[in-house]
Amino acid sequence: MPKRTDIESILLIGSGPIVIGQACEFDYSGTQACRVLRDEGYRVILANSNPATIMTDPEFADATYVEPLSLEVLTGIIQREQPDVLLPTLGGQTALNLAMELIESGVVDKYGVEVIGADQTAISTAEDRAKFRQAMIDIGLPVPPSATAHTLDEAVEVMERIGLPVIIRPAYILGGTGTGIAHTPEQGRDMAAHGLAASPISEILIEQSIAGWKEYELEVMRDRADNCVVVCTIENLDPMGVHTGDSITVAPAQTLSDVEYQALRDAAFACIRRVGVETGGSNIQFAVNPENGEFVIIEMNPRVSRSSALASKATGFPIAKIAARLAVGYTLDEIPNDITEKTPACFEPVIDYVVTKVPRWAFEKFSGVSGVLNTQMQSVGEVMSIARTFTESLQKGLRSLELGRHGLNADPAEAAYNSLSDEELLAAAAVPTPERIFQLEALLRRGLTVAELFEATKVDPWFCDQILQITEERAALAECDFDAMTPRAWKRAKQFGFSDEQLGYLWDVPAAEVRKARIAAGVEATFKTVDTCSAEFEAETPYHYSTYEDVGEVAPSDRAKVIILGSGPNRIGQGIEFDYCCVHACFALSEAGYETIMVNCNPETVSTDYDTSDRLYFEPLTEEDVLNVIDVELRSSQIAGGPGIAGIVVSLGGQTPLKLAGMLPKGLVVGTSPESIDLAEDRERWNALCARLDIPQPAGGTAATADEALAVADRIGYPVLVRPSYVLGGRAMVIVYTDEDLREAMAEMAASGSLGREGGLSAERPVLIDRFLEDATEVDVDAIRDMYGEVLIGGVMEHVEEAGVHSGDSACMLPPVHLSEATVALLERHVKDIASALDVVGLINVQFAVKQFGIGAADQVFVLEANPRASRTVPFVAKATGVPLVKVATRVMMGSSLADLRQEGLLGNRANGDHISVKEAVLPFNKFPEADAILGPEMKSTGEVMGIDLRPGLAFAKSQIAAGAPLPANGTVLMSLADRDKAAGVEMARGFTGLGLDIAATSGTAAALSEAGVPVAEVVAKVGEVGTNVVELIDDGRVQLVVNTPRGRGSRADGDHIRRAASRNRVPLLTTASAGLAAADGMVDWARHQLRVRTLQEYHRGVTSDQLALEL
Amino acid sequence: MIRPAALVLSDGEVFEGEAIGADSPSGITSGEVVFNTVLTGYQEVITDPSYAGQIITFTYPHIGNYGVAPADHESRRPFCRGVIVRDMARRRSNWRSTGDLEAFLVNQGIAGLAGVDTRRLTTHIRDAGAMPGAFGTASESDLRAAAAAEPGTDGIDLVATVTRSESEHFTSTRDGGKPPHRVVALDFGLKATIVRHLRTIAHVEVVPASTSAADILARQPDGVFLSNGPGDPEAVAGAVGTISGLLGEVPIFGICLGHQLLAAALGGETYKLPFGHHGGNHPVRNLATGAVEITSQNHNFCVADSSIPGADITHINLNDHTVEGLRCRDLPAFSVQYHPESGPGPHDSRYLFAQFDELMDGLHTTEPGPAQGQLLGGATHA
Repeated sequence: MPKRTDIESILLIGSGPIVIGQACEFDYSGTQACRVLRDEGYRVILANSNPATIMTDPEFADATYVEPLSLEVLTGIIQREQPDVLLPTLGGQTALNLAMELIESGVVDKYGVEVIGADQTAISTAEDRAKFRQAMIDIGLPVPPSATAHTLDEAVEVMERIGLPVIIRPAYILGGTGTGIAHTPEQGRDMAAHGLAASPISEILIEQSIAGWKEYELEVMRDRADNCVVVCTIENLDPMGVHTGDSITVAPAQTLSDVEYQALRDAAFACIRRVGVETGGSNIQFAVNPENGEFVIIEMNPRVSRSSALASKATGFPIAKIAARLAVGYTLDEIPNDITEKTPACFEPVIDYVVTKVPRWAFEKFSGVSGVLNTQMQSVGEVMSIARTFTESLQKGLRSLELGRHGLNADPAEAAYNSLSDEELLAAAAVPTPERIFQLEALLRRGLTVAELFEATKVDPWFCDQILQITEERAALAECDFDAMTPRAWKRAKQFGFSDEQLGYLWDVPAAEVRKARIAAGVEATFKTVDTCSAEFEAETPYHYSTYEDVGEVAPSDRAKVIILGSGPNRIGQGIEFDYCCVHACFALSEAGYETIMVNCNPETVSTDYDTSDRLYFEPLTEEDVLNVIDVELRSSQIAGGPGIAGIVVSLGGQTPLKLAGMLPKGLVVGTSPESIDLAEDRERWNALCARLDIPQPAGGTAATADEALAVADRIGYPVLVRPSYVLGGRAMVIVYTDEDLREAMAEMAASGSLGREGGLSAERPVLIDRFLEDATEVDVDAIRDMYGEVLIGGVMEHVEEAGVHSGDSACMLPPVHLSEATVALLERHVKDIASALDVVGLINVQFAVKQFGIGAADQVFVLEANPRASRTVPFVAKATGVPLVKVATRVMMGSSLADLRQEGLLGNRANGDHISVKEAVLPFNKFPEADAILGPEMKSTGEVMGIDLRPGLAFAKSQIAAGAPLPANGTVLMSLADRDKAAGVEMARGFTGLGLDIAATSGTAAALSEAGVPVAEVVAKVGEVGTNVVELIDDGRVQLVVNTPRGRGSRADGDHIRRAASRNRVPLLTTASAGLAAADGMVDWARHQLRVRTLQEYHRGVTSDQLALEL
Repeated sequence: MIRPAALVLSDGEVFEGEAIGADSPSGITSGEVVFNTVLTGYQEVITDPSYAGQIITFTYPHIGNYGVAPADHESRRPFCRGVIVRDMARRRSNWRSTGDLEAFLVNQGIAGLAGVDTRRLTTHIRDAGAMPGAFGTASESDLRAAAAAEPGTDGIDLVATVTRSESEHFTSTRDGGKPPHRVVALDFGLKATIVRHLRTIAHVEVVPASTSAADILARQPDGVFLSNGPGDPEAVAGAVGTISGLLGEVPIFGICLGHQLLAAALGGETYKLPFGHHGGNHPVRNLATGAVEITSQNHNFCVADSSIPGADITHINLNDHTVEGLRCRDLPAFSVQYHPESGPGPHDSRYLFAQFDELMDGLHTTEPGPAQGQLLGGATHA
């Protein structure tokens, strides 16, 4: 069946901000869908609030709505655009949920919009646990037996029927309180009694526990002619009990016989047919009992997912792209396989390598969080690695994580387990944590058996034995003399995935020497191809991975090559924004005629889509692996008589590629020189530079000991900002107000403290101590300088939260709304001076603190830091201004002048309308209920959203809706403020009461408000005081907004029970006075104006505020 | 202890590895080198008699992970000459397994080669075609000589080496309702999974490949099944004559070599594919319904398009558009090139056994298979 001609326009919903469990895999899928649907000639209307995505680039859709993903907004978009169909299956859970709301509220019917991909019945059958369970029972598919009980007797009866162990879950309890696994009848009785008591309706769900079973996922596609294929099977190394997003997973399945696999395949097809997913991809999860092969179906996602992105990258079969084509009517056999070009997509990929995905967590950011993995996903990113065998693939994956590990142990960090006894280490490994894989190897090295490991962890013996093979190879290598290594031994070691760093560790030889000796022995990485078909057909797409085999497959090419180093796994502080930058660099270089070569290991991203670059290397971003790519590409050029590598781009992927800059061949790094980058980070040279340029800095100094720190603080005065000089993303940054706090902070960072493992302190790695400027406004400026000296200011952003909150966690506005023209001009002048002094070629980001002294008095400007590289805000600035900053910067790095690019048309004028853009951070506190939901100098957000409108208040209000914390229109605002914020509190409270909201306040705040004449409806007691308890008030749902500014800024600052209650109950929470003021403004504006949605394309053409008058 | 070994192809290409499995007396094992792309099902592949005369290269690197299980044998012993892998599992893990794959190879006298850059080998065969080769611990020159002397499979009657000498009866497993048919299955290299499927509709008597048409008809079967088997259809002694004698007398269903022989008996031609189809992921279109089936395949020879008098092509391969199925217009006979029984492979095409059942019912069904949307009809994971 060919594509549908009865539709013209398609509304696609994106997944919004990056949150734990929903990351840039949906930018990858959405971008593919946009591309495909536009290629097919449809008008694509896109809604997504996330400015850091490629899909929201204005050229990827006909109408791009960077607007909050809410029912109200989507209704507005549908009303305005009248799309023929809505495609909700490519934007994760967010898009699916919104589609359901649009269906249930009657909006799609009212506007005659057809939902394609998966309809209401399919979505609700898959998403509603009870319905799904019943549907599977109806078609005879096994599900874990379960039943509810309302009395203890009933519970005992159910447990006897189902058989122990069981999981007991009280009904209607938030956050899983009272849930447990019972292994004995006594435990069962206790837990049931406890659960019945905890449940408000005295109901518990008792389900057979399948913890410890093997977990598998099948990625299935179906077309409207009912052809079904399995794209990929995935086996989890971590058994059931750990969320698949937190498991190390392997493709293809390793320990299923064909008989068992085909049974799962049949079940998967039966499931997708019963659920009724008409077209597209679905992810279906199974648990298999290792004792007897019994399987149960766990769940299915009727949409593309994180796993489907992984499956696409793992096989070369682009699920999202094909799902989009299927949704508009094609059948699988009508779509060609991109990679072979000759065979159809209606087949099942087979691979001749092993793919391993390893998650990356950020537990160190959230004090109080246990770090134990469970059925709720907690990881913030992941890496994927490809190699010919599992051992090689696993070791590549572990070194891809950038956690200082060079593979599976055999590196300095392995010493961490030395202090534990065998029993302690085995007990530790029995609990799933990020450390488990390393603990398993350490245990095997101590002589424990595969059987013992399986018994304790239920990690399949095949995987344990593979780890043991690494252990044995290590022992053999350690015994072998470095000088006596034969070519065969070198190859064998590399085939087990040992990095040169690991080998160097084993032999106590520098990795560089290992590399030299190995290459001299003739053992070099060979690059094979991901081709969907195990070489049965010729591959047209150069998608490569390294391994150690007889021959490689990289084709000669005579074009000028540019290598772009990607940003590796997503983490807090380095996420999708940098992938956006790398992808833009690719596009710009491609348009300029270069052969683009991408190196990255993050399977979620657009950068690792083989459509993005001319050549894709799915490789760890380590010195060894990157040098291998450079070598093979140089050879490719040499053979073809080409000009070689024209440049390597390291400044767009965050810290990951930047760290490699110094190790790369001299002269190949394009843009700002590594020396200049170092200069900006070297405290003394940077201070000297600022002094020379006459740009004020906050007073400060460095210290390697507590005494030195106290001396600095004594000199500059409290509060001070303390930060280690060697960590990223604001890691461990604190603001301290007293000597005592400063001593404590220094102790944390000392070698013996909790940060000791990250390096400790020394004269080379001192702590930086700066005077913290209270109540200053922080400002970010992004700019580009070309090698001829012209500087282009990309954007000046005013932060909503005051200085002291990490810039990545702070909301910001562009253009600034509270800064005078003179101040902005001064900031821009400083940026130009700094960029020139650093000899920047490309992007630079400079952060300032601005002290304002009111009307008539000049602002005081201090420079905080400069980073001559792409910043997190670059995509936001590009979306806000319509200037493709990264493309321009990339061309500048390759030698073009800004003037050239203006002439060429790449660099146009910035959007000249009156719109204000607000970027707001999205925080993961709801995933970490134990952590304090407070902002500080250490970044904690996982993603961001953008709100655009014609007034600052409207844009801010939109950003809050988009961030999932919409400001209330009525109800009660709970205020509990630090003394220094009480004046601001009065101002915001007037705003709230003016809109008819009630104020509840803790005693001190209430007194201040009453004194200023603001009515306080309820004075609430803090914990420990008599009266209505503040936490109860929130728990009872009587509060619609919380403004709580803590005294002090540590993680133990007061009021954390208030913030926890707000997080727990998902009540919007503001923790700074400035955010409270912005919210009050937003609410006032919001109440006065009607909701208007506009496309990015309109804003870029220019929307003036006259519009607003018309709308009033 | 590692035993260095190598594979030498008849065109001189050398692949290094280490010997696994059984020792071959001379340190040399020769045969036609082919590759198979399945991710699961190595045991079924190795024990499939259709691989007689061949050395099987598995493209998936880890082979042996889930061991071997008695239920997964496709015949009484492996008939392939040897096995080439990237990595042979030293430890198996699966509740069904009773032994290690390598131990099985040793017990069955099958030599193997591990540690080979199987992707390089596969790419070479893809580009140069399946060809004879020799592997083992012998010297490279001896291997070279053996590869040159190895005849391959063209023009050789390999069926004679795999067919059973005595006939064998299998009672039907059909339960309830309809009484089972009686089927005579000609054993050209019959797989156990096919017998299992035939038994769901009939009592099955498996007879040697040399059994004459008269002997078969004397058994008064409701239908005759032409099995899969190894090698070149033109070299199978007597088979075409036998099938000619059966055509029109009794309903016939053929699979793989049985399909090629049926075509030959109808006057069709066969030819050798460059490197054959060996895997479990080949898309085949059922021309009557338009539905695509993902199929299990294992053949080097193929029926020439539009060469078959009196028959229609019913199925084609979507990768290379070769003939995958045919049905006689006026006679009760049909056949497919691929393996609807799976073992290993997908279950998409099992409806063909039901069609054979109906053909024997005398319905001469014109039903071309399940319409799209009913392939599995819900949960039919048998």
